[in-house]
Amino acid sequence: MKFIRNTVDKIKPNFEKGGKFYFLHSTFDAFETFLFVPDKVTKKGAHIRDAMDMKRNMIIVVLALMPALFFGIYNTGLQHFMATGQEQLFWSMIGYGLIKVLPLIVVVYIVGLGIEFAFAQFRKHEVNEGFLVTGMLIPLIVPADIPLWTLALATAFAVIIGKEVFGGTGMNILNPALTARAFLFFAYPSWMSGGRVWTSGMMSGEGIIDGYSGETLLSQAASGATHFVNGLGEKITSFDMFLGNIPGSVGETSVIAILIGALILLLTGVGSWRIMLSVLLGGISMGLLLNAFAVNPAMAVPWYQHLMMGGFAFGLVFMATDPVTAAQTNRGKYFYGFMIGLLAILIRVLNPAYPEGMMLAILLMNVFAPLIDHLVVQANVKKRLKRAVKINE
Amino acid sequence: MSTTFKIRKGLNISLKGNAEQSFGEEIRSMYYTLRPTDFVGLTPKLALKEGDPVKRGEAVYYDKYRPDIKFVSPVNGTIKSVVRGDKRKLLEIIILADNTDSFISFKNGSEINNADGLKSLLLSSGVWPLIKQRPYGIIANPEDNPRDIFISFFDSAPLAPEYDFILKDKRKEINAALEKLALLTSGKLYLNFSAKSKLPELIDKKESYEINFFTGPHPSCLPGVHINKIKPINKGEIIWTVNAADLPLMGNVLINGDYNPEKIISIAGSVVKSPRYYKVKSGADLSEFLKSELKDKNCRVISGNVLTGSDITSNPSLGFYDNCVSIIPEGNKFEMFGWALPGFKKYSASTAFASKLIPGKKFDIDTNFHGGHRSYVVTGEYEKVCPVDIFPQLLIKAIMAEDIDKMEQLGIYEVIEEDLALCEFVCTSKTEVQEILRNGLDLVRKEMS
Repeated sequence: MKFIRNTVDKIKPNFEKGGKFYFLHSTFDAFETFLFVPDKVTKKGAHIRDAMDMKRNMIIVVLALMPALFFGIYNTGLQHFMATGQEQLFWSMIGYGLIKVLPLIVVVYIVGLGIEFAFAQFRKHEVNEGFLVTGMLIPLIVPADIPLWTLALATAFAVIIGKEVFGGTGMNILNPALTARAFLFFAYPSWMSGGRVWTSGMMSGEGIIDGYSGETLLSQAASGATHFVNGLGEKITSFDMFLGNIPGSVGETSVIAILIGALILLLTGVGSWRIMLSVLLGGISMGLLLNAFAVNPAMAVPWYQHLMMGGFAFGLVFMATDPVTAAQTNRGKYFYGFMIGLLAILIRVLNPAYPEGMMLAILLMNVFAPLIDHLVVQANVKKRLKRAVKINE
Repeated sequence: MSTTFKIRKGLNISLKGNAEQSFGEEIRSMYYTLRPTDFVGLTPKLALKEGDPVKRGEAVYYDKYRPDIKFVSPVNGTIKSVVRGDKRKLLEIIILADNTDSFISFKNGSEINNADGLKSLLLSSGVWPLIKQRPYGIIANPEDNPRDIFISFFDSAPLAPEYDFILKDKRKEINAALEKLALLTSGKLYLNFSAKSKLPELIDKKESYEINFFTGPHPSCLPGVHINKIKPINKGEIIWTVNAADLPLMGNVLINGDYNPEKIISIAGSVVKSPRYYKVKSGADLSEFLKSELKDKNCRVISGNVLTGSDITSNPSLGFYDNCVSIIPEGNKFEMFGWALPGFKKYSASTAFASKLIPGKKFDIDTNFHGGHRSYVVTGEYEKVCPVDIFPQLLIKAIMAEDIDKMEQLGIYEVIEEDLALCEFVCTSKTEVQEILRNGLDLVRKEMS
């Protein structure tokens, strides 16, 4: 440890003002602060500061994503071998999943962090940690077979158009990870929808057993199925949906893995319980409402299954709670969350063109979040004004 | 009628090294320092120059724009040096004390029964600056008639002195000061106590004042919180605030006509060998005393509390308004992967560190910044520690954007730095909240005048 510190101290002058690598100072700073919490002390204001910082905050979210990632790796293998009809051991499923999923993560991080570092350098500010989370989210919300170049393109789009043009981390209006997904969804729909993309290997079609269907539960529901089946035609129970051994994006299928993540976020206070609770309530309300009028099979899908299908649970825990793009006021958060839940199920059921409503519901409410906050703040402002007017009368 | 207000939002930071309720030997010192920088927005002008003899109670400098407001010497002696900073800004006036005990005797205040007479006595005797004004947190303007006067009788900040202990023998002075302060407003005198406090027993004419009680975590002691809960301040209104710990000094002037800034202060913190209470005069040089009292030389000496106090390490002498000296270790060291470790010894208001698993743990927090400055990402954390009914984060953003209309709408008149100090403490993005708020207040004040 001493050795590393000494080495860092030795090369540090090169990156300081006047040093020959000064143009890389943001990059150096990012790596130095990654290795060491700096020796910087308080200069003004409060003499002591909370130990919580952005790195801690972000790393907790990344940690919370790990169960979903691990399950996603396993499930990628599981779905693939089910489609090819091979009996396989647990470890070969993991092995297959790793081969498929790791490149996604590597590509997203390289592209995204590359752009972030370049912008930080260009703007002469510190590298923000926000992309650590975004870079982990993006691979988990795409199909495992997505071509890497489209993923790279989507990541670049999300970071530049979704974030940096607004001023970088903390300034963006739309959730960057969902921006990437929306980009893929509309620009490359053949890779993002249909019955073949969700099971790894089906697009290339090699070795897939005849008649195997890789349709997600959402598209089954949209096409009027009264009960759900897996690719082999076997019935899928609610417990399967909870466990997550169903086709879908890499990290979104397992409710139990997502719940572990939710628990981490809630216990550490990093994720907003207000948003999670209200998204849940919004989803349940719309589910119940649709069940009450169940005039077609899609509307008859039980409300509790809605919560376990598609990206609802994942979006609830990891996407809706993004503090930058969510409503900022506590009261606003309730409304914001509730509307996401409501709209996600509504879009999902009543608009069959977009079977996944969660992404669109969150992006839509991202846009409305500032308006919600404005209304909440205006109530406070009006109270203050009223008081002042009373005095002056 | 008194009410008990329960403050729920806030944070008690449990620091090691609380002062035990006993007295150390009285601190006597050769040098005394006056710091014009103790006073927000003041443009000081010297009344004496280097080498001049000075008596206790004699004006050393005054407010350039309100020359009635004087700042007087705490001791007899000579002006040893005047320290100036950039642009000849007056930073410190150091007085070498001699052992004579003559002093300037002011008029006895007991017969004064009108505001004007009282004001001129308080102004000439140098105790006027003890009265602060809301909004802005500056020294009160003698020409104003404030809506009300708020006095806080406790301090809930980390390592703060116990007012029940430091004020228990000051009954006479406190009552004299309260009685006269009531002359200064056509409104009420609000006395605010901690619900546990025994100090209300010391107050003689309880019916003349409005007495309220507060419970809950810091910042429940701050006048900003009291005003907001009892009767919020509005644009155009002026409220004065006085710290109860300063009442004895004011009372002494009113009873004896003698400016004698002798205080009981706490010297506390994890670096102090035996944290306890001391008698000391305002401005006294503590360096001799600290030589034998510190466990570690690498520390920061703070006049006031750790959230709002000022760094006096280079010239340790007590500030005008302060009643405690907090001494904590400096955090100028690197920590490898510090942000990723479980953190059993790290203090955080959040539950993201393992230290939360140990209930009642006391912390040895140093001055490390714990990270670097970032844009705002996390929301809702300021609200948890700010009982004043405003949106602190949005207010800070409005100030960053220099949007004066928005600042007013969001309630900038209701707060000063100390009210948002905890927001600064908890900030994940390490925003300098107090500095930004002061810039905002200065901007609004300039715009209004």
